[in-house]
Amino acid sequence: MLNITEMLDQIKASPFEEIVVRAPHTGVVEFVQNKTGAKVAGPSGTWKEKPGTLLARLTREGNVKPIHSFQKGVVERIEHALAGKFVQAGTPLMHIRHFLSKDEVLDKLLRKTLFLFLAPERAKYFFVPDVDIKVKSKGCQTVEVRSGQELFIVSRMKRESQLNYTGPEGIIYAVYFETNQNVEAGAALIGVCAKEQLPAIQDVVSRVQGEWVEEE
Amino acid sequence: MDIEKNIFELRERLKYIQDIFGFKENDNVVLLGAKLQELTDALPGLDAAEQVRQLTSLEDLFAFLEKKLERQLSPMDRVRIVRHPQRISLKDILEHVYDNFTEIGGQDEYSVDPSMLIARAYITRKVGNKVHNQSVMVIGQEKGHGQEFRNGGSVKPWGNAKALHYMKVAEMENIPIHAYVNTPGAFPVEDYPGAAQQIARNIYEMAGLRVPVIAIFSEGGSGGAEAIGLADVRLMLSHGYYSVISPEGAAAIEGRIKPGQKAPTELMENCAKRLKITAKDNLSLGFIDRIIQEPVLGARTEHFDFFRSLRQEVINATDEIILNVRGMNYFRAKAIMRQKKSPRVNAENIFVRWKLGGPARERLLWKRYQRFMAMSRHAFLDRRPVGRKCMEFGLDLGWSVYSFFKYDFWRKHQKKVSNLAEDVGAEFQVVFDKCLAPARRLKAVFSRTNDEPNGNNQCQLTQLSPWEKRESDQQQGYISPQARKDRAVSCPNALVHGCMDMWAPDLFGEWAGVCIHCGHHFPMEYDWYVHNVFDPQSVREFNAQMEAINPLGYDGFDLKLEEAKRKNGLKSACRTFEARINGLKVVIAMLIAGFRGGTVGAAEGEKFIRAVERARKKRFPLLAYTHGTAGIRIQEGTCGVIQMPRCTMAVRRYLEDGGLYLVVYDTNSYAGPVASFLGCSPYQFAIRSSRIGFAGPGVIQETTGMPMPPHYHSAYQALARGHIQGVWDRREMRKNVYQALLTVGGRNLYYR
Repeated sequence: MLNITEMLDQIKASPFEEIVVRAPHTGVVEFVQNKTGAKVAGPSGTWKEKPGTLLARLTREGNVKPIHSFQKGVVERIEHALAGKFVQAGTPLMHIRHFLSKDEVLDKLLRKTLFLFLAPERAKYFFVPDVDIKVKSKGCQTVEVRSGQELFIVSRMKRESQLNYTGPEGIIYAVYFETNQNVEAGAALIGVCAKEQLPAIQDVVSRVQGEWVEEE
Repeated sequence: MDIEKNIFELRERLKYIQDIFGFKENDNVVLLGAKLQELTDALPGLDAAEQVRQLTSLEDLFAFLEKKLERQLSPMDRVRIVRHPQRISLKDILEHVYDNFTEIGGQDEYSVDPSMLIARAYITRKVGNKVHNQSVMVIGQEKGHGQEFRNGGSVKPWGNAKALHYMKVAEMENIPIHAYVNTPGAFPVEDYPGAAQQIARNIYEMAGLRVPVIAIFSEGGSGGAEAIGLADVRLMLSHGYYSVISPEGAAAIEGRIKPGQKAPTELMENCAKRLKITAKDNLSLGFIDRIIQEPVLGARTEHFDFFRSLRQEVINATDEIILNVRGMNYFRAKAIMRQKKSPRVNAENIFVRWKLGGPARERLLWKRYQRFMAMSRHAFLDRRPVGRKCMEFGLDLGWSVYSFFKYDFWRKHQKKVSNLAEDVGAEFQVVFDKCLAPARRLKAVFSRTNDEPNGNNQCQLTQLSPWEKRESDQQQGYISPQARKDRAVSCPNALVHGCMDMWAPDLFGEWAGVCIHCGHHFPMEYDWYVHNVFDPQSVREFNAQMEAINPLGYDGFDLKLEEAKRKNGLKSACRTFEARINGLKVVIAMLIAGFRGGTVGAAEGEKFIRAVERARKKRFPLLAYTHGTAGIRIQEGTCGVIQMPRCTMAVRRYLEDGGLYLVVYDTNSYAGPVASFLGCSPYQFAIRSSRIGFAGPGVIQETTGMPMPPHYHSAYQALARGHIQGVWDRREMRKNVYQALLTVGGRNLYYR
């Protein structure tokens, strides 16, 4: 069985992600962001249409290509020795330390602890009526599921079919779809956890929500 | 005397003056404020007679200084006047100018678009003992004295569609249209029917409306104004403005202001001055017919005298149009001319029936067409020598005569003659066959004895067929300067589609500027199309000597224009020529992005119109290829914006005569041209990766307050919205244009 508290402590010990910015292809490197400790931003805008901070430029065959930061963070290390030099594709150019946010920590924990049941095709998904009533009246965490159970109705262009749950036995920890909304193929429908793990997960989630301090 | 009420009115007048003069320091405004405050403070200590005396004296001072301030009004002050909440609105006009009205399709915010107001109204005229109720369709933008939901008179596409619908209703009912233009510009959204496309539709339909249209301009902001402003008589309120762009917009462009920032006020004042937007400027430029004088500092709801004079003017204008195109009119026309000179004479005493018969309707359209064609002729330079002009005029005339005989005269009688020739030929053939029958029989006997395997058939079965000549073999006449650079180029879609870098000579040479992985089209010079779309050596340019100038004397524009001419080796942003595609003759008008962003001014408009006329006279299809256009050239002010109706009218005439008009968009095409002569074509295509729209993302975000998603203006989005009819690959443009020439078009297509 997974020790969730231990996992949280591990994340707390190093509450960041180390991102290595590599050369996408060969070329001569010119660093634009050349101070360690500088803050950089990731893509922004409603559709993430505005690129992040310009980190470096890579020139190959007269073609100058900008390298933007794809995550928010702080510049940890810059390979200054490579400035103005020709590098191979994949050469590390810069290290960015990205501090994890609350959502990212929860996502990380839940991904490890929950079994995600994925949508097999793009369609609208509904719980079968008896499960639906239970979810609406008492909450999803009261619903127990086991492999082969009739759980979903898949509705696509007025064609309805039944979808059985396949996976480990447990209870539905979270529901990730909304009724009457299309779900893309491969997106998570429900997260399932073992019944005995539920109190531990709930405890960790509330601790993350209350205690996690997000660093700038 | 109600002292309190009068003091309140004075306060309102002062507030209005302060609003108009805005941030500017003005001694007169300060004096009025001080005097009013002084009187308000002193009033409680004065007796009644003294209160009245001092109040009257202050009212006189107000009247005197208002007149003085009137003379100091700058163009930007006039912009503030027309946008002021106290300014007369269309509902006030309906109340006071017309005798009765019913609003159609809306009640305050419950409307398709509350900024567009439609009403059926009538004007009652008593002539002798008889009372006549004369119906009109009143259409106009409504600001509603600052009502938020009216959007400041900025009409959405569906509002313009509503206006067009009721214009057609007026045409069906044979009643005149009174259009009150009071908009800072159209609301720039691309949702169907699309801001640009709907304005284009409106202009196109108004060019052929068979009822009198009178437009009265208060605030004439660019495309929004043109959507209902194409009229037989254009009147303008003395404190109104009519401009290609709002002074704020012009200042943002001039000052290269980024979205979210405000242009400096001085720059806005300067732009308003340079753009020549006032009623006097527009009258002297010939874009309006008359000015309706307003009270000092602009008409407000309480100026009842003004409504009376407005009523006289609209009645006069309607009478004038009707009498100009109808038969029996001599004495009444004279009387109306007298009335125009003497405003005290009552226009309602002369009765003119506001209905037109068939021939009069045709005359009305022809006069409207001529009127607009005569506009802005002073705003470009025609450098052709006199001899050449005469020669070209002669050739033009020759084509007209030839076309008349070939297509109008000969075609009518052609059927009879050809039928007769067919019958005679068939009769002759029967006699001929009979005479030659014995000889044929003998020949058949001999040929059977010498029968050998057919050599030709044997060759076909045993040998490979010869290579067909590839189209690309004959199209190597142009090499893009971008292909001469030894460098690699990244596709903008590389992150999404994983496109590899491409070597520029390959990309801009063999691949015609198209990413071989994802099909993204890089911008290509217009010369590529000239050399690759049309048959070799078939291009014959005309009117190349017509030159763009600076008609308004816009500061600093001469230098920029010279620079554009030098850099491009062109005299304007429009190239017009005749060419052939697989032998089919076509007239082409090109808008070239490199020349001042492909903007359209008077020279470009005139060249386009002459190209349309040429296509019409020669019975050739017309192809408008937009290499790129940023809109109307703002530095030419209304000389530029008037090209929208002018060119559209020429296109309409051409289409009604049976022509085929194709539009192809490339790179970026925005604003005025798309909202008029390009957008009105029933067959519009776009080269892949081009962008089409009414306003750029920055303007949309500033106007609507909503951020624009990426690729909002892309060709595929335009196709999905129904604005264009297809997206073409650049490499297949020649094939597609040829295909379109063969398959698209009405039954009267000239070249068939």
